[in-house]
Amino acid sequence: MKDNLILKGKAHKYGSNINTDEIIPARYLNTSDPAELAKHCMEDLDQDFMKKAKPGDFIVAETNFGCGSSREHAPISIKVAGISAVIAKSFARIFFRNSINIGLPILESEEAVNAIKAGDELEVNLASGVIKNITRSEVYQAQAFPQFMQDIIKKGGLLEYIKSR
Amino acid sequence: MPQTISEKILAAHAGVKSVKAGEFIEPKVDIALGNDVTTPLAIKEFRKVGAKKVFDRSKVVFVMDHFTPNKDINSAEQVKFIREFAKEQKIINYFEGTNVGVEHALLPEKGLVVPGDLVIGADSHTCTYGALSAFSTGVGSTDLAAAMITGKLWMKVPSTIKFIYTGKLNKWVSGKDLILHTIGKIGVDGALYQSMEFVGPVIDKLPMHERFTMANMAIEAGGKNGIFHPDKFTLEYAKKRSKKKPRLYASDADAKYADVIEIDCSKIKPQVSLPFLPSNSKAVGEVGRIEIDQVVIGSCTNGRIEDFRLAAKILKGKKINSRVRLLIIPATPEVYKQILDEGLISIFLAAGGIISPPTCGPCLGGHMGILASGERCVATTNRNFVGRMGHVKSEVYLASPVVAAASAIKGYVAEPEQLK
Repeated sequence: MKDNLILKGKAHKYGSNINTDEIIPARYLNTSDPAELAKHCMEDLDQDFMKKAKPGDFIVAETNFGCGSSREHAPISIKVAGISAVIAKSFARIFFRNSINIGLPILESEEAVNAIKAGDELEVNLASGVIKNITRSEVYQAQAFPQFMQDIIKKGGLLEYIKSR
Repeated sequence: MPQTISEKILAAHAGVKSVKAGEFIEPKVDIALGNDVTTPLAIKEFRKVGAKKVFDRSKVVFVMDHFTPNKDINSAEQVKFIREFAKEQKIINYFEGTNVGVEHALLPEKGLVVPGDLVIGADSHTCTYGALSAFSTGVGSTDLAAAMITGKLWMKVPSTIKFIYTGKLNKWVSGKDLILHTIGKIGVDGALYQSMEFVGPVIDKLPMHERFTMANMAIEAGGKNGIFHPDKFTLEYAKKRSKKKPRLYASDADAKYADVIEIDCSKIKPQVSLPFLPSNSKAVGEVGRIEIDQVVIGSCTNGRIEDFRLAAKILKGKKINSRVRLLIIPATPEVYKQILDEGLISIFLAAGGIISPPTCGPCLGGHMGILASGERCVATTNRNFVGRMGHVKSEVYLASPVVAAASAIKGYVAEPEQLK
């Protein structure tokens, strides 16, 4: 992931406790092929998600996004589906780790989630955590990651980080 | 500095005197666990960074439990991929086929985890081993790969919520009811990023199998781990099962907690968690008549011998409702043999049950008991999310083995008292 990357896309908005069974149902876990997993991204929550979502779009959700199973297939399916970042009020613990580890950008901002409506055009600066809402001409600030996690993100994932040491 | 049991185990594994909540550490792990779903990604990551050897072939454990017996070509290929890696790396604890059981029932049974251990597993229910006073937590595949390579893993030290269970347990109330009630009280993110420490006079008397059930579901409250203090039950279990030396830790009396929650067990009746969150728990008596199509007794939550003894007590000499399919899934080969030797299989068969080999199977909607649209299942498993056991319009109701067995007989969500 590049440091100063500006991400642009539309918001797809969901509720609280979106779980990994909804993000990628276990019936598809007989493969770890990212492209295959991406085809079924969010399928049990929103059957039309892959038709609606365009590369660069954002998933915006309330609290505890990604709760449930440890399956890394969930953030992989979102990343490979072309979603540029997930913005939520909070993330479930293992999903949070997995996203950092595989380089799926995630942002925590209660303010942003409260204000953003489905379909809003967003522009996100990952380095600063600034979320611009183009549709509403508003600006929100996401929480900064601790330095340790920023280092992993900068290296492009956990294993690259380990390798670099 | 006063510390909790979780902090002490983490500090010991990080090679420091003490740790505090919020701090980043890189502790050594005693066991790194993977299953047939999560290990393929870990192996790919392992190869991608050019790793050649796992850090310790006796500490990496692979359990092919999710889709066993392999349900289709893809799942068989995944297992084959892992088997070849396990062979190449000379992994000692590789479980497949006749040796396989549901991982979190299998590892304690095989003596692979003892008190004081630090266990990470690429399966969210790895938190189960907190019952054995180990610090254990679920992680992802890349985390597993990192641990396989380095023997260590980054962690943020969690703050701890202490749960004190007081009062007297009502009839038919078990660890499953306590944990469903607890999750109902605090919500599915009530312990997000935190450690859950289970204490109190009720816990002191709680047998090991019920502690496994409670620790197993810590993740359903968002918890990083769920842990019990070691006592005579823990030590008896560890001594019987393992040659590894336990390391005993206990929270200091003045340890710091993020919260302390007291739960009066006298007020808890047999519980059921309604769709679609484990936190939707209610007393069975309050939910009205909910007709069901299937009952599953098994899983890493409630697939141990004691669970089947209880279910058999309810089902003995009875027939299940003709509309209901009752699936009995012993969690491990040892439990399977026990239910055979103790005559429980005969009781289940006479009642109309179907005996499955050990597998995670239907719990995650894998196979061996998938639900059609509109179907409802009472399960002793741990999750009731949308589509968890099959069709996106099917429903799962979480409960204890005795509530599951009573429901199978009645054909609707019921508790044992309703059988009189």
